[in-house]
Amino acid sequence: MTQSVVVQVGQCGNQVGCRFWDLALREHAHVNKRGLYDEALSSFFRNVDSSTQNAGHSDGGVNSKGCFIAVAVLVDMEEGVVNQILQGPLREVFDSTQLLTDVSGSGNNWAVGNMTYGSAYREKIVDKLRKAAEQCDCLQCFFLIHSMGGGTGSGLGTRVLSLLEEEFPEVCRIITSIYPSAEDDVITSPYNSVLAMNKLTEHADCVLLVENQSLVDIVNKIKIMSHGTKPGLIIKRNSTVTSGQGGLSGAEKPFDAMNNIVANLLLNITSSARFEGSLNMDLNEIAMNLVPFPRLHYLVPSLTPLYTLADINVPTRRLDQMFSDAFSKDHQLIQADPKHSLYLACALMVRGNVQVSDVRRNIERLRPSLPFVSWNQEGWKTSLCSVPPVGHSHSLLALANNTCVKPTFMELRERFTKLYRKKAHLHHYLHVEGMEQSFFSEAIASLNSLIEEYHHLDATKARLMPDAPRLSIAR
Amino acid sequence: MSVVTVQLGQCGNQVGQELFDIICSDAQEGQRKTYSVASCERFFHQTAHGDLVARALLIDMEPKVINRSMSMAAKSGRWSYGESSHFSQKQGSGNNWANGYCVHGPRHRDAVEELVRREVERCDRLAGLIAMMSVAGGTGSGVGTYVTQCLRDIYPSSFILNHLTWPYGTGEVIVQNYNSVLTLAHLYQLSDAILVHENDTVHRICSQLLNIKHISFSDVNRVIAHQLGSILQPALTADSHGAYSRNPLGELVSALACHPEYKLLSMCTIPQMASSSIAYSTFSWPGLLKHLRQMLISNTKMEEGIDWQVRPPAESGRSRSLAGGSFNTSLANLLILRGKDVYSAETGGIDDPALYTSWLSSKEAFSLWKSPVPFNKYEKSATLVSNSQALLRPLDDMVGKAWNMFASRAYIHQYIKFGISEEDFLDSFTSLEQVISSYSQLC
Repeated sequence: MTQSVVVQVGQCGNQVGCRFWDLALREHAHVNKRGLYDEALSSFFRNVDSSTQNAGHSDGGVNSKGCFIAVAVLVDMEEGVVNQILQGPLREVFDSTQLLTDVSGSGNNWAVGNMTYGSAYREKIVDKLRKAAEQCDCLQCFFLIHSMGGGTGSGLGTRVLSLLEEEFPEVCRIITSIYPSAEDDVITSPYNSVLAMNKLTEHADCVLLVENQSLVDIVNKIKIMSHGTKPGLIIKRNSTVTSGQGGLSGAEKPFDAMNNIVANLLLNITSSARFEGSLNMDLNEIAMNLVPFPRLHYLVPSLTPLYTLADINVPTRRLDQMFSDAFSKDHQLIQADPKHSLYLACALMVRGNVQVSDVRRNIERLRPSLPFVSWNQEGWKTSLCSVPPVGHSHSLLALANNTCVKPTFMELRERFTKLYRKKAHLHHYLHVEGMEQSFFSEAIASLNSLIEEYHHLDATKARLMPDAPRLSIAR
Repeated sequence: MSVVTVQLGQCGNQVGQELFDIICSDAQEGQRKTYSVASCERFFHQTAHGDLVARALLIDMEPKVINRSMSMAAKSGRWSYGESSHFSQKQGSGNNWANGYCVHGPRHRDAVEELVRREVERCDRLAGLIAMMSVAGGTGSGVGTYVTQCLRDIYPSSFILNHLTWPYGTGEVIVQNYNSVLTLAHLYQLSDAILVHENDTVHRICSQLLNIKHISFSDVNRVIAHQLGSILQPALTADSHGAYSRNPLGELVSALACHPEYKLLSMCTIPQMASSSIAYSTFSWPGLLKHLRQMLISNTKMEEGIDWQVRPPAESGRSRSLAGGSFNTSLANLLILRGKDVYSAETGGIDDPALYTSWLSSKEAFSLWKSPVPFNKYEKSATLVSNSQALLRPLDDMVGKAWNMFASRAYIHQYIKFGISEEDFLDSFTSLEQVISSYSQLC
C-alpha cells in the first residue's frame, strides 16, 4: 500500500483539510468497525501505538485512543485556524511537529507569502515535509490544499509546491485550488490568483479546480431543498456534507458545508487508492491518463450524489441518473460548460456496488452528447472501488480535462488587467524583498499562453479533423 | 519437458491463475494416467508430499493481485504457487509503459532473473517459456516487455511464447494504444510467437455463447484460460509417434511461425456454451469442423453470426488488400482436436490450399494435433490456432489511433519523462506498419 502526504496551507487550506481528516476518519470507522490499523488506514494515517495494533473502539471513534496520526503538514501564517483545530476533537490526529504557524499573516499579499515567508520558513517547511515523507513506506503523492485569492494559501502555498518539486521530483503533486468568487472581498485577489497560477502551471502534476461561487451555489441549493428553514433542523446531524461534528469545536460555521464538499472530493479521489476494487486506479494514473500536455493539467471535478449528501429527503436516484448528473452543471465544482467545449480526457471514479457493464453502458449512452478531441475519441479512464461512501450505495467522481476552463481563466485575466492597467496596489507587492514587476508580466504571459493553448484545441472542435496520414512502408 | 510460465501485471496474473486451474482440474479428471502425468510434468512440479506446484512466477509492481491469485490457487486444494515464486513492489507502473520498461524493469532485473533461473533449474528439461500479460497498462506491457527481453538474453535458444490480452476498443486506459504499440513493436523482435486474445471478442463470447448477464473480469479470464488450455494440454502430434508430444511450444512455433515477419497468432475454440447446456448438446466432428473452417475464412472468432457467404477466392483473383474482400488468408494453421472418436475426424477442409498463401504448400502450412481425452468437460472440442490476417484489422485500428494521438504529440511528455523519446515511438510505429503491410499483402 502506498502513502500520501496532505499539505494544507493557509486558512482555507487548513479548514478544508480539517474537514477531510474528519470525514476520512469517519469513513474508515464505518468500514473498519474494530478500529484496527489496516492497509487502508495506512495510506493517510500512521499508527503510533506500537505495542498492539489495536486502537480500541470503545466510544465510537476510530481514533478514540489517539493512536493514528494524520500524515500531514499544516502551514499557516496566522494561528487562528490551526489553534482551533488543536482545541477541537481532531487534536489527537496531529502532533505539534507537523505544524508551522506565524502570528502576523500575509495580508492578502502573494509576495509576502511567497517571498517573505517562503524564504524565512524554507528550511523549516522542507524539514517538516521530509519528516512526513520519511514516515511513509512508499510515498506516492502529495495533496496540496490551498486557496488562490489570499496571501498565505496562494503565495506560500505555491512556494511549498516549488519546494515539493525540488525535494521530491518523482512524487506526484495533486493540488486542490480554491478560486475566489468574482465579488471577492479581497481586492488584490486577481493579482494573487494570477501569480499563483503561474506556479501551478509550471510545477503541478494536476490541479483540481474548485470555485468558491460554485460551492456557495451548491450549499444554497441544499438549503432550498430543505425548504428554506434552518438547515440544522431538517438535514440530519451526521450527514457528511453539513456536520461539523468531530471537526472544529463549537457550533457549525458558515464555511463548513462548503469545505465539506471539497473534502468529499479528496475523499473520493483517494478512495481507489485506499480500498479494494475490481478495477483499481492508482493516484499516479490520474495524471498519466488525464494530462495529454504538461501545462494543461487543470481538471474539472464533479461529484454525485451531491445534494443527497445532506441526507435530506431527496429520493434516491437511479444509478444511470448518477452518471447523467456527473455531466450536469449543477454538480460541477466550477462554473463552466464542458458540453459545449472540448473534452481532452475524462475519468470516472465509481464507488460502491457498480459493475463494469454498468460503467460501459453509461459511457456508451453519454458519449454522443460529449465532444471529445479528435485524437482521443475514446478518452475514458474508469475505476471501480468496492467501498461506497458512508450512507450511500454508490457514488461517482468525474474528473474532466476540458477546454471549458478557458472562460474562467479569461475572466480572471480581465480582473487582473483591470487592476494592473492602473498599477493599483502594485506598490504593496513591489516593496516586498525579492519581488519584481517582471513577475507580474511573466505571470500574465503564462496565463495568456495557457489560454491560447486551450483556444487552439477549441478551434479543432468545429472542424472535421482528418486522420493523420500514416507512415508508408516501402515495399 | 516442462514449460515455465511468467505471469506479469494484473491481467497476466489473473489469466495465469485461471489457466493453471483449468489445466490442473482437466488433468486430474477421470482415469487417464498418461495424459495426467504428461500434463503435470509440463506445468507442475511435485513437492516431497506430492503436492502440485505450478511452474510459474508471479510478477507485478503492486501486491494486491498477486496475493489474490496465490490464495485462490491455495484454496483450490489441487495445486498452489511456489511460496517464493513471486515478486511484487508497492507502487504500480501508473499505466505508463516507459515507467515499466525503463524504470521498474531494470531496477528489479536481478531479482526477477533469479526467480526465473530457480524455476528453470527445477525442470528436467525446459521446453520453453510463456510470458503472459496485457498490453494496455504499464506493468504487464512495460515490465513484461523488459522481462521478455531478459528471458531472451538468458535463454537465447529457448522457445519464448508471449500471450497477450488486447484491451477493449473503448478502453479502461486512455493511453492503451501507445502502450500496445510499444509492447508489440518490441516483442516482435524478441518473441518466437505472439498469441493474442482480444477482450472485446472474449466479452462477446461471454455474453452471447455463455449467456452471462453481469460479465466480470474473471468470466473473461476463464474463457481465455479455456482456449489456452486446449492448446497447451498434451496431444499427439505428427512428430510424437503415438505418444504425447514432449515439446508443445517448439512444435507450436514450428507449425505456425515459419517466417519472422509473421508472428501474430489468433485462436478460436468450439464449442463454447453455458455449462448447463453441455449435457443437452451433441456434436459431430464434421459439423464442428465445418463451422471452424467457415469461422477461419470469414474471420469470425466465435461460433455465432458466421458469414457463410465468404468463399476462398478463385485461383485467378488472388490479390487482396486491407480494404478488399472479407476472405481471411492464412499463412499457417494448427488444428487441435480433443475428445471422443477423435481418430475418425477428418481435417474438415482446413488443409485446403485455397486457404493459404501461394508460397507455402498446405502440407507445410497445416498441422493437426489430436488427443482422445475430452478437454474441460466438452465431449468433443476443436481449437484452431491461426497465423492469418485475423488480427490485421484490430492491429491497424490500434496503430491508427495511437498514430493520431502521436500526431498531436499528446501524452508524449509522460513517456519522455521516463526515457522513451519521440524517436523510439517512431521506430515502433515503423516496425508495426511493416507488420501491417506484410499481413495485408498476404496472398
